[in-house]
Amino acid sequence: MATDPAAMRARAPTFFDEVVANTPGNPRLEMCIQCGTCGGSCPSGPDMDHTPRALFAMIEAGMKDAVLRSNSPWYCVSCYYCMVRCPQEVHITDLMYTLKRMAIQEGLYQESSAATAPEFSETFIDFVENYGRSFELGLATRYHLRHNPMGAMKMATSLGLGMLRKGRMELNPKRIKGIAQLKTILTKAKEIGGAA
Amino acid sequence: MKYGYYPGCSMERNAIAYHHSTMAVAGALDIELQEVEDWNCCGATEYFSLELLPAYALVGRNLALAANQSVNGNQLIAPCSACFLNLAKTDHYMSTSPDLADQVNEALAAGGLHYDPGSVKVRHLLDIVVNDVGFPAIAEKVTKPLYNLRVAPYYGCLIVRPGTQKSFDDPEYPTTMDTLMQTLGAEVVDFPLKAHCCGGHMTQISENVALEMIRRLLKNAADYEADVIVTLCPMCQLNLDAYQDSVNKLFGTNFNIPILYFTQLMGLAFGMRAVELGFGKEFVSATLALTKIGAEPPPKPKKKRPAKGELPMPAMPEEDNQ
Repeated sequence: MATDPAAMRARAPTFFDEVVANTPGNPRLEMCIQCGTCGGSCPSGPDMDHTPRALFAMIEAGMKDAVLRSNSPWYCVSCYYCMVRCPQEVHITDLMYTLKRMAIQEGLYQESSAATAPEFSETFIDFVENYGRSFELGLATRYHLRHNPMGAMKMATSLGLGMLRKGRMELNPKRIKGIAQLKTILTKAKEIGGAA
Repeated sequence: MKYGYYPGCSMERNAIAYHHSTMAVAGALDIELQEVEDWNCCGATEYFSLELLPAYALVGRNLALAANQSVNGNQLIAPCSACFLNLAKTDHYMSTSPDLADQVNEALAAGGLHYDPGSVKVRHLLDIVVNDVGFPAIAEKVTKPLYNLRVAPYYGCLIVRPGTQKSFDDPEYPTTMDTLMQTLGAEVVDFPLKAHCCGGHMTQISENVALEMIRRLLKNAADYEADVIVTLCPMCQLNLDAYQDSVNKLFGTNFNIPILYFTQLMGLAFGMRAVELGFGKEFVSATLALTKIGAEPPPKPKKKRPAKGELPMPAMPEEDNQ
């Protein structure tokens, strides 16, 4: 019977459920009252396809493709202004991270106007996974050469060279002693995968 | 006072001035920093965008190593705001989500490690300076007050937000660094955007969006006639300093505000020499500000002229890494 509460609860997980399940702790997404404090507090709000408030309404409406194609999560600078101001204490920034991960999994980020953002993160993390440390010079050259050769030229001729001359950039990556241990831990973590 | 210390990747190169000045000031204030043995990168804002569990396990390794060293009730200092947040946030979510804690520990166990959530207390360097050392003890060390230097204290985001652990300062309008600067004798200017974002990694994702965010901050400090902006985070320093020239080019502005670390100004007020405190590493030179307070600027790097017939070559990295 459709009126039986137990039967009504037994349904396939919605996009909303998926988003919540992929976010650590309790993100309180269902508490959103659509007040818009988040969008009004966001430093990159004007450049986003959708404000966080709009995104949350779209999640509620099950608009998975549109949400994961939005550039908004990628334009989130992780400043947490929305999160401390949210009257309902929704974990907005953490939800943005969740949407980034889901957009990558579904391959939909490529259709957003921030299509290169994941690769920046991937290049950054590639050095961390292999050395245990970040490596700015490698990151800048590899990422820019692939996506933005003119930008790479600019980096190399002005900022990058300035960083090197000032002694503010390492020429070679540093490897931690326990890199084998770290790799084992990360491999295991990837194996477990899953949500928290 | 003895603490565990997690420097983070930036302190080794990009923020070398922060490193030198932190060590100098810590020495003067009897703060003993015991570095976490063989720490790894915290993942910055990148790993959380890609994979959940590996991101927490990466930070979990650092927390486990810090807990094993057990220094002074496991108090761990991070000087970088991003490292501070990632360490604090991982500890917080592991504490509040037992499932996450179990999974992180399952991954850590593969490397022979374990972390009990809540066993490390992560704190930012500024917190230690203003709360554990305290303003009276700092005032006693001041031998060369920074009179007449107009300082805009810039906190950025991650030291005061999201406040997953009880923050030591206000998330919207923090004031501890203001009081610290006043204690050093400096004139603190109003800086309404003091806790707004520097753009983080946005310079690499969408440069013009980032430059606009940086422009707002520089304009705000310039409007209040600040001589310098003082920061507590390598990312904030890098964005405001290294991209100031790009901002000027894009917007036709003429900003020329040196971006310094709070530890550098503490060192100057304690009578230390600019050259010991990493001055000279900044893109926007602090020489004018140093002259204003009667401190000796660091020596200018010597430019070697190419010999006759030799082609002009790009200069190589400075050798004085101190």
